[in-house]
Amino acid sequence: MASLTIRNLNKSFGTVDVLKGIELEAESGEFVVLIGPSGCGKSTLLAMIAGLETVSSGEIAIGERVINTVPPKDRNIAMVFQSYALYPTMTVRQNITFGMENRGVPKAEQEAAVERVAALLHINELLGRKPSQLSGGQRQRVAMGRALVRDPALFLFDEPLSNLDAKLRVEMRTEIKKLHRTLGKTTIYVTHDQVEAMTLASRIAVMHQGRLQQFAAPKTVYEQPANMFVAGFMDSPSMNFIEAEAAVAGDRAAVVLNVEGEPVHLPLNQGQAAGLQPGQKLVLGLRPEHFSPGNGAGDGASLSAHVEVVEPTGAETIVILRIGERELTARFDPDLAPHEGETVRLAVDMNKACLFDPDTEMRL
Amino acid sequence: MASAAAYDPYATSGAARRTTVKVLIYMILALFAGYYLLPLVVIILNSFRELEEISRDGLIAIPKSFSLQYWPSAWSTFCVGGTCEGIAPNFWNSLYMTVPATIISTALGAINGYILSKWRFPGANVIFGAVTIGVFLPAQMVLLPWAFVLGQLNLTNTIAGLVFVHTIQGLSFTTLFCRNYYISIPDDLIKAARIDGAGFWRIFYKIILPISPPILIVTVVWQFTGIWNEFLFGVVFSSGSQQPITAALIALTTSGTSVREYNVEAAAVLIAALPPLLIYFFGGRYFVRGLTQGAIK
Repeated sequence: MASLTIRNLNKSFGTVDVLKGIELEAESGEFVVLIGPSGCGKSTLLAMIAGLETVSSGEIAIGERVINTVPPKDRNIAMVFQSYALYPTMTVRQNITFGMENRGVPKAEQEAAVERVAALLHINELLGRKPSQLSGGQRQRVAMGRALVRDPALFLFDEPLSNLDAKLRVEMRTEIKKLHRTLGKTTIYVTHDQVEAMTLASRIAVMHQGRLQQFAAPKTVYEQPANMFVAGFMDSPSMNFIEAEAAVAGDRAAVVLNVEGEPVHLPLNQGQAAGLQPGQKLVLGLRPEHFSPGNGAGDGASLSAHVEVVEPTGAETIVILRIGERELTARFDPDLAPHEGETVRLAVDMNKACLFDPDTEMRL
Repeated sequence: MASAAAYDPYATSGAARRTTVKVLIYMILALFAGYYLLPLVVIILNSFRELEEISRDGLIAIPKSFSLQYWPSAWSTFCVGGTCEGIAPNFWNSLYMTVPATIISTALGAINGYILSKWRFPGANVIFGAVTIGVFLPAQMVLLPWAFVLGQLNLTNTIAGLVFVHTIQGLSFTTLFCRNYYISIPDDLIKAARIDGAGFWRIFYKIILPISPPILIVTVVWQFTGIWNEFLFGVVFSSGSQQPITAALIALTTSGTSVREYNVEAAAVLIAALPPLLIYFFGGRYFVRGLTQGAIK
């Protein structure tokens, strides 16, 4: 087991900078998820950790050892690819032993390793088959087996579940989590799926346009996003952003929204109000689940909204609301969901609200 | 058949008319096939007819005589350019020329294709473009340069010289074929193998070559038939006992004696055509498949 340290890492292809000043650290045994939209550089970063891409500048170290120029095979890593990358002419067994053969591991040891991994992943009965004779889920297991057999310092996953259907993806996700708990290997996992990131990661690294936006535990990333990009990216449906101003309502700090010319005050708690000047422009960030039907308890904040669209998904109901000119998305318990066309009173949980600077897009 | 036809949603006519159309189509196809095969039939028949009869009735006539003697004669006793050993020596020349040139050009093409698709380097596209220009250059254009090179290398009028010319000329095709086949093999396979500790050659042997048979068969069929049937280089860069069979066939028709022995010539032509025919016979199925099909997903 080993830690991974990335210091001021940069990568450019010609004149295009794809990674800019990445600082990242995975402690021994940690499960770090790299997440971001397409083209954010997450897969390039993983390829650089694997040694499949060169480093333009900066440093990558596994444990104490800087590996910038070490070839992939000497980095003591194992990788699972999105396409699985199983060798098509080899049987499952040969796929799993190929790496050990290359490293000159004795036959008996290879056999033992294959048995161990096959038992772990329940692929014993597949060992004699060719990849073309396997289903998507089975290929995924074999690809993991090929990585697991290595007993590496570092596991790298490049969107390993993207090619599976929804149900299988959830199953494999749980399985990967169990495996990580059993083996306790340091793991770097690339995905564009927020749910995978939230469920698997011990820490999430959110990337956008080649920069690391935030690197923190899932709960922190979700509740205290560093900026509007992270706040908007890390949930679906995403956070509502509402232009507002800081104000004082009675003796309390508040934000004030302009709803068709009428000011609507939403009181803030002490912590949130610190450092705000009355009249200061803000962006108020509210997640869909921060709305609930009713007036709110005591001095709670509330709004009046028109119900535009109701989308039941089973466990919850997504409601598109109109407040003045703005459209907002809310998430309700199906039993409490309003009907289309109604005008309802909504309580807003201001304790969980995020405030952003409209210019820098950073959280205040 | 009848029940299947009854369910045909596109059927526009009755069964009788469909049968008529089918018969018509097959008759036309048979006509074309016969037209194509006729020259071959004439040659085959003439290789068994007596010369006297050919002279009397002409080349295209129903055979009245039959003899097997012209085949052995063409093979081993007929006089070509002063030596009376038939075309067997030239047949072996062609084989000694074609087999090494085919194997070497295919092997190098596979390695070129592997590098140009999976180990790309700055300028790889320029090199690939330069190599494939050879596909479009007419042979007449490269005759003089080759004559010069063979002279410098002391390989004029040797089979080794012809092997050399055909290997280099063939590289354009073999590289093009293999590179275009390998480009559709996912790069992730190579990356996975690199992480698994395999190097350049090991990835080639263990991963690339095992998925290459379709394209290698195409390349071998292409090269073998191309080199075997090639005439211009053979006739320009070799003479006498060093000539490949294609060049020798011409020598055979113009060799000294006043009488043209059409029956022996016919047998010689058929002997010369046999190896490519056999290659097509065994590799043809793969040939079509390999040309039309992409790589393994």
